Amino acid sequence: MKPAIALEGISKSFPGVHALSEVSLSLYPGSVTALIGENGAGKSTLVKILTGIYQPDGGTIRVDGAEVHFPAASAAAKAGVTAIHQETVLFDELSVAENIFLGHAPRTRFGLIDWTKLNADARQLLSRVGADIDPTIRLRDLGIASKHLVAIARALSIDARVVIMDEPTAALSYKEIHELYELIDRLKADGKAILFISHKFDEIFRIADRYTVFRDGRMVGEGLIAGTRQDDLVRMMVGRDVGQVFPKQQVAIGEPVLTVSGYRHPTEFEDINFELRRGEILGFYGLVGAGRSEFMQSLIGITRPSAGAVRLDGKVMVIRSPAEAIEAGIVYVPEERGRQGAIIGMPIFQNVTLPSLTRTSRSGFLRMAEEFRLAREYTSRLDLRAAALDQDVGTLSGGNQQKVVIAKWLATKPKVIILDEPTKGIDIGSKAAVHAFMSELAAQGLSVIMVSSEIPEIMGMSDRVIVMREGRMVGQYERADLSAEKLVRAAAGISETTP
Amino acid sequence: MAEAPMTTRHIPDRLQGRSARVLKSWESLLVVVAILIFTVNSFASPYFLDPWNLSDATFNFTEKALIAFAMAMVVISGEIDLSVASIVALTSTAMGYAATQGFDTPALVAVGLATGLACGAINGLLVTRLGLPSIVVTIGTMSLFRGIAFIVLGDQAFTSYPASFAYFGQGYVWWVFSFEFCLFLGFALFYAALLHLTNFGRAVYAIGNNQTAALFSGVRVARVKFTLFLLTGLMSGIAAICLTSRLGSTRPSIALGWELEVVTMVVLGGVSILGGSGTIGGVVLAALIMGMVTFGFGLLNVPGIVMSIFIGLLLISVIALPILYTRLKRRMAH
Amino acid sequence: MNMLLKNREALLVVAILALLTLITLRFPGFIQPANLGRVYNDTSILIILALGQMAVILTRCIDLSMAANLALCGMVAGLINVALPGLPIPLVIAAVVALGAVLGSINGLLVWKLNIPPIVVTLGTLTIFRGSIFLLTGGQWINAHQMSDVFKGLPRADFLGIPALSWFSIAIMAIVFVVMTRTTVGRAFYAVGGNPHAAIYTGIDVGRTRFLAYCLSGALAGLAGYLWVSRYAVAYVDIALGFELDIIAACVIGGISIAGGIGSVPGAVLGALFLGVIKNALPVINISPFAQMAISGTVIIIAVAVNARAERRKGRVILKKAEAH
Repeated sequence: MKPAIALEGISKSFPGVHALSEVSLSLYPGSVTALIGENGAGKSTLVKILTGIYQPDGGTIRVDGAEVHFPAASAAAKAGVTAIHQETVLFDELSVAENIFLGHAPRTRFGLIDWTKLNADARQLLSRVGADIDPTIRLRDLGIASKHLVAIARALSIDARVVIMDEPTAALSYKEIHELYELIDRLKADGKAILFISHKFDEIFRIADRYTVFRDGRMVGEGLIAGTRQDDLVRMMVGRDVGQVFPKQQVAIGEPVLTVSGYRHPTEFEDINFELRRGEILGFYGLVGAGRSEFMQSLIGITRPSAGAVRLDGKVMVIRSPAEAIEAGIVYVPEERGRQGAIIGMPIFQNVTLPSLTRTSRSGFLRMAEEFRLAREYTSRLDLRAAALDQDVGTLSGGNQQKVVIAKWLATKPKVIILDEPTKGIDIGSKAAVHAFMSELAAQGLSVIMVSSEIPEIMGMSDRVIVMREGRMVGQYERADLSAEKLVRAAAGISETTP
Repeated sequence: MAEAPMTTRHIPDRLQGRSARVLKSWESLLVVVAILIFTVNSFASPYFLDPWNLSDATFNFTEKALIAFAMAMVVISGEIDLSVASIVALTSTAMGYAATQGFDTPALVAVGLATGLACGAINGLLVTRLGLPSIVVTIGTMSLFRGIAFIVLGDQAFTSYPASFAYFGQGYVWWVFSFEFCLFLGFALFYAALLHLTNFGRAVYAIGNNQTAALFSGVRVARVKFTLFLLTGLMSGIAAICLTSRLGSTRPSIALGWELEVVTMVVLGGVSILGGSGTIGGVVLAALIMGMVTFGFGLLNVPGIVMSIFIGLLLISVIALPILYTRLKRRMAH
Repeated sequence: MNMLLKNREALLVVAILALLTLITLRFPGFIQPANLGRVYNDTSILIILALGQMAVILTRCIDLSMAANLALCGMVAGLINVALPGLPIPLVIAAVVALGAVLGSINGLLVWKLNIPPIVVTLGTLTIFRGSIFLLTGGQWINAHQMSDVFKGLPRADFLGIPALSWFSIAIMAIVFVVMTRTTVGRAFYAVGGNPHAAIYTGIDVGRTRFLAYCLSGALAGLAGYLWVSRYAVAYVDIALGFELDIIAACVIGGISIAGGIGSVPGAVLGALFLGVIKNALPVINISPFAQMAISGTVIIIAVAVNARAERRKGRVILKKAEAH
């Protein structure tokens, strides 16, 4: 079979980084190719080259055997290459139909946009992807899953021959994921060549026909999924054998530190009641959008709950801002590292000391020596790799940025630390370091809440797990009777389990 | 990024060669420019090097620079205040009105400071309480504040200031050092300390770099921003006292277009218009440069509106030139 | 096309009607059709400028130099007329529209090619454009008696009982409406402001689109320059000084989001009319014309506060009422 599109010897470098070195990738009509690799392996650079956002420094792109160039995104679209992105990159303020046809709208005889035909065509495309959506409503009124369907309808509208799906299931619910699988099967039957990027091995084995593995900007393996084992792919991905070992220490769990009762919010969550004990790691599992982060952020005063009480060491606390939470001894390491956690334009030591400035300063004046001392202490405990402490955080790798972020909140000497998806998007080495450190913290008597959507991490690290779905607690399990199946069922609302 | 094998390594506090980089900084470039302009001016005009002439020259920038110090901090925090010139106008009007009611000099100063603070508080509340974009808010208050001055004054002017009020804009502390110039030096030191040596200053940088992360890190973002607008209002009030005292009269069009010169001074001083970086030292140098250029033009009898063309060009070119320079360098490297 | 926007425009219509009612209580003559026509005619230039500013704001930029551009183009129109009194007026108009577009394209190029923040660029060009008038004329005025009668007469020329000035604004309204709703570039304005990141993936060149928006605002400022100078029959350095604030006020009142991507032609027109009604009503109800500046400022602040409330994202709704199991 001839590939619909083939990349040969593609290289791309940015100042100081070789993002891709001579990679090759072929996508075949009617076939799903999974692109596998750790974060930073070069997957997103490749997608940008395929869609004409970046131009390669070297190598060739062939469509049906003929060499092509994509100097801009429009050229790639014309060649029939389209991408559906991690965060749906569409236009909230425009109508569904316009989102589908923006850039290639049907025209009237006078060259003006033909809205009647546009809406009719949109309706037809939406029904082809099985979406029951009114094409004239604004996109912002749709849920995430429907937006994905709109993105797919857009892909069909330009008569794409190559469809790139960049972690399309990341934000979808269990049911929506299965609908997506069916749709991919239909696209395959239509003869589209599909590139499927995912971190989830179960779905790769469910829908992919072929795989290509990237590591450090190089192609390190490719082949048919049939006959390949998960372990083989992992080994190619990380370049060594990795047993997922969680360094959870057994800790004597002490008295309750944090008690939350009757916590509710008008639209985000309700009926949250639990106790967190000294030395305990309490896992919060759930699907993306279950309301876990929203609840945690209300604990530290980002949003206000409408009712409920928090007791810390038996004392009722009213927390109206993160500043007050830090003072009280509750800290939150946010999920979105780049947006909420790290201040990438500032040096490491200033990031670390930002929440602790009242301690390192004297009557409002900074004391640099104290700041360096504090930063040194906490970054070395997390085994940070950096050239110097006055290096900007933005120059570090994702894993090291996360270490700085954790060090920042630990340096406030909290009683309770809430870690929201602490290992999301960081490399395996840093992941292990974070896990080891988390365990050590609990052993030292800190109380830890860990929000995670990764079953192995939740099962490996938690003493107890609370499952949330649609803003409510739907299950609570001790470490002894944890099972992956129970967690998944509770989170997806399949079982009859209720608290 | 490749991870080295697990060994505990000592991370040094500071990168090597940072002191060498200071020499390449924006501020050093400004020092060179300042020296150049100084030299050119002293050759171009025999009157330039006279101490009294130089002292007169400082009046070209001291009042604007007072506002620029506070504006620099607002811009570093990622906001902007375009209403400063209108605050000057309203403050001056309020003082002029108070003077016609027979207020003495200390009372006039109090009225000036209070008006400036009140205007700053209005901006601050609109930005922090209602969460509105500062650029639109201050375009609105720019119109509102000067509009009030117009309602009060129409095409009239206030001129009846007490004699002792003249000190702020016309008095000398010692020899050629005017009160305004000493105020400029004092506030330069104050703002340099506030921005570079205190927790407050650190919070300003953090907010300008990443407001959300700063909030999550316990920085009281709204309080800091409110304080910054308050400071800008206060400094505009102080500038209004000096300017009114120097001119001895108030018209509603007083300090028209100053917001542009103040923003130019801040940007020329190396403060990023997108927020997050900049120094007070840079702003001081920029003030000196703009003052000397204006003075030089003055000696050559160039009219004011032509100087404003120059300032507009300066504003755009100080941002454009570094961009063009790095682009050129990258092209040469290829 | 969408409920909220329609509501916002309906809200504006209600606000304008309420304003007219209030004024009529004090001065019944104000709502005479002839007077309303005069108010519209008087607002025509603001409408034209607001439509140009709208295109720029839609792409997440701002043009503070429009009034200075208007003044420079108006002066050039005057100078052309003085030098070549026989030159047909359409040629004069074409020349200043082209000049305005070129001046706008300077803004656009600086924003596009050098990535300089729009507010800095246009704050800079604002003084440069106005300073250039001085360089061009040495501060001299062009007075009514120096202009040809055709030059001065065109805006007042009557066609179907409506002055040409009003026709100009109606034509511009129609053209901009078609551009905004029915052409690729018009939709690109919305896309670029709504989600610049996504626009790139859609194959839209963000910088080039912004450049085109500035060319449009510049061209309209050029046209407004001729209309202004011929209507008031005078040209000098300071004409339309500070008018950029009124233009932005009209847009903000018209519900055009300063964050880009949201806004409509009817909105901008209604926003301009709202200001126009206030401006024309002030002398009628005995408020000093000096109050107009303060009123514009207050209205900008109120409008941006109202817009912000309408745009504020509601927190995501996670809770569903317990399903019946």
